[in-house]
Amino acid sequence: MLTIEHLRFQRDEFELAADFSLAEGTRAAIIGPSGGGKSTLLSLIAGFDLPDKGRVLWDGEDMGLLAPGKRPIAVLFQDNNIFPHLDILTNVALGASPRAWPAAAAMERAREALSQVGLAGFEGRKPGVLSGGQQSRAALARILVTERPVVLMDEPFAALGPAMRAEMLELVVRLLPEATILMVTHDPEDAKRFATQVLFVNEGLVSLPTGPAEFFAHPEGAVAEYLS
Amino acid sequence: MAGRAQPLSASTWLGIAAAAAIPLLILTTSAAVVLKAEAGRGFSAADWAAIQFTIWQAALSAGISVALAIPVARALARRRFPGRGVLITLLGAPFLLPVIVAIFGLVAMFGRNGILNGLLTGLGFEPISIYGAHGVVLAHVFFNLPLATRLSLQGWQAIPGERMRLAATLGMGPAAVARHLELPMLARVVPGALLIIFVICTTSFAVALTLGGGPRATTVELAIYQALRFEFDLSRAAYLSVIQLGIAAVAAFIALKFATTPGFGPGLDRAQRRWDAQGLWHRVFDFAVIGIAALFLLLPVASVLLDGLPRILQLPEPVWIATLRSLLVALASTVLVVVATIAIATAATSVGPRSRYIEGAGLLAIAASPLVLGTGLFIILFPVIDPSRLALPITALVNAVVTLPFALRVMIPAMQTFEADFGRLSDSLNIRGWARLRLLVLPRLRRPLGFAAGIAAALSMGDLGVIALFADPETATLPLQIFRLMGAYRMDDASGAAALLLIVSFALFWVFDRGIGRDADD
Repeated sequence: MLTIEHLRFQRDEFELAADFSLAEGTRAAIIGPSGGGKSTLLSLIAGFDLPDKGRVLWDGEDMGLLAPGKRPIAVLFQDNNIFPHLDILTNVALGASPRAWPAAAAMERAREALSQVGLAGFEGRKPGVLSGGQQSRAALARILVTERPVVLMDEPFAALGPAMRAEMLELVVRLLPEATILMVTHDPEDAKRFATQVLFVNEGLVSLPTGPAEFFAHPEGAVAEYLS
Repeated sequence: MAGRAQPLSASTWLGIAAAAAIPLLILTTSAAVVLKAEAGRGFSAADWAAIQFTIWQAALSAGISVALAIPVARALARRRFPGRGVLITLLGAPFLLPVIVAIFGLVAMFGRNGILNGLLTGLGFEPISIYGAHGVVLAHVFFNLPLATRLSLQGWQAIPGERMRLAATLGMGPAAVARHLELPMLARVVPGALLIIFVICTTSFAVALTLGGGPRATTVELAIYQALRFEFDLSRAAYLSVIQLGIAAVAAFIALKFATTPGFGPGLDRAQRRWDAQGLWHRVFDFAVIGIAALFLLLPVASVLLDGLPRILQLPEPVWIATLRSLLVALASTVLVVVATIAIATAATSVGPRSRYIEGAGLLAIAASPLVLGTGLFIILFPVIDPSRLALPITALVNAVVTLPFALRVMIPAMQTFEADFGRLSDSLNIRGWARLRLLVLPRLRRPLGFAAGIAAALSMGDLGVIALFADPETATLPLQIFRLMGAYRMDDASGAAALLLIVSFALFWVFDRGIGRDADD
């Protein structure tokens, strides 16, 4: 269970408030207008920012001051998900063995993950020669080898076209069936296709999780305005 | 990154320690000279003369450099011609040019047996001497004309192209463009350029050492050197060091407050589209200005190479030993700079808003006079050990300290870019410490790191400062060896050694810049 407990975060004029829980294996879409606090919420969960009040708990354990890399959380960013100077295999292996010389076992695991995302044979290539879709697959392969139960995705496939984006989301669902995933998206269609819960974030307020059918069936107020 | 409260990592602490070491060294050496200086000693006539000459020559050098640079920069801004980019790149070369090499070239051009005196005596005039106040100013103009030109050129490039187009549609001629666009720009750029060059000229010991001297051309730094080396009057050296500290601090404070950043800015080879000044005489004037400036800057260096290259293989053994010593000093200094730069840049990008204190501490050395640092270290070491025994390590250390600000100006922005692009990804993957350095930071930052290392190596190789204070006859570096050869009128050997120093300095820069920075990914 991922629990966001009485979370408060203020920077200058902006204030974020969140208080919700997600059962293990939930895929939550975080939607809402720009500047509402979606990415800030992910930053707080990931540990890049620390809350002024409240706690982030995984399975009842407070993640407190844990550094981002020590949390049971993997992150797919909007961009810069791949180190451009390292080959694809090393990029992926770093997910399992973040050392100066990644362990041989991690390299082997990375090969398997690359095969799972359809990038077998691309191990020695640099990211620059890969297409956007292939780079996204490589980043997903790295998520696989990290084997962390929570995955945060901040519009990770925004640069891809609609068809490729749908394909990637299907791949995420297929390869990470047990992960608890929170994904920021601007596309309601992505949320409908992917999510089992929806969180609406507007002006720093995070709604309680709602099933997508209910959420999209009866939109009211700010939600209706946003969806229109 | 807002709101982080994680404990600082070991590498961040290392960077903080490295940054703190700079003000600590400056404060310790300053304290040593202040404590050694006799309070109430008062200025002697020679001290006053040194202070007055230091300020006078720096002001005159800055004024002449900027006055000459303005037409050169304007000509470069409004003309396109083959080799323009190369010429502008070469304007950055004097920064790395060993002072003693440039002095040797200037002596070859303007000295008693130089080309200018050959022309003058051929026309029946008396020959002129390069030694003395005018020689010091000439050398300073040689070194700072390129800097002033680059600073002014940045000003021209900053004028938006739309303004030039508007001026063209209004039919504005060169005078109107100068009045309405160029003069307002110069009013912003010139004070900064004057101040920066003034500061540089107050701390250019090697120029005063080689071309100055005597009651009318002794700077404060040269007086410190004479007090230590010839009079062995530690108290007077300390007293003069306090004065030098004051001059440098006031000048640096004013420069930092009002000066614009010179930068190594790209894009200077971009010619501005101009519709005015297209007449024949304007073109002739511009190309004449560019040609004269290029000859003034290139001929001394070319003469060093042409005269010295054939003599290199005949150089005596002590010159080669001195070369080896200089290489060791340069490499040690470069290692220090690289390690300190990476540590400080890492720390400066890890501590959020407090980073400016770390960066500021590292940059503090820009206002430090190497001679004062050296004098302080001399005073501290003298009761304990013969300072000449530590001549080479101290030269490497001081060279590293004074080069550090240049390296930091290159590396900190690069590190900030890296952290902005990949910091969170690295954090989320828990790639830290040695792994982060080996796999991510060093490969991504190879190009700026190679450039910074190249600058450190070349500047240290050509340095003629602290070594002059500390060295005994057995421990000369190559620049000091050249100075001694010139003093002994062994000009053939000095010429070969100057060519050798020039080649080695630029080769070091090239090796580090290309060797480390080669094939770097963008």
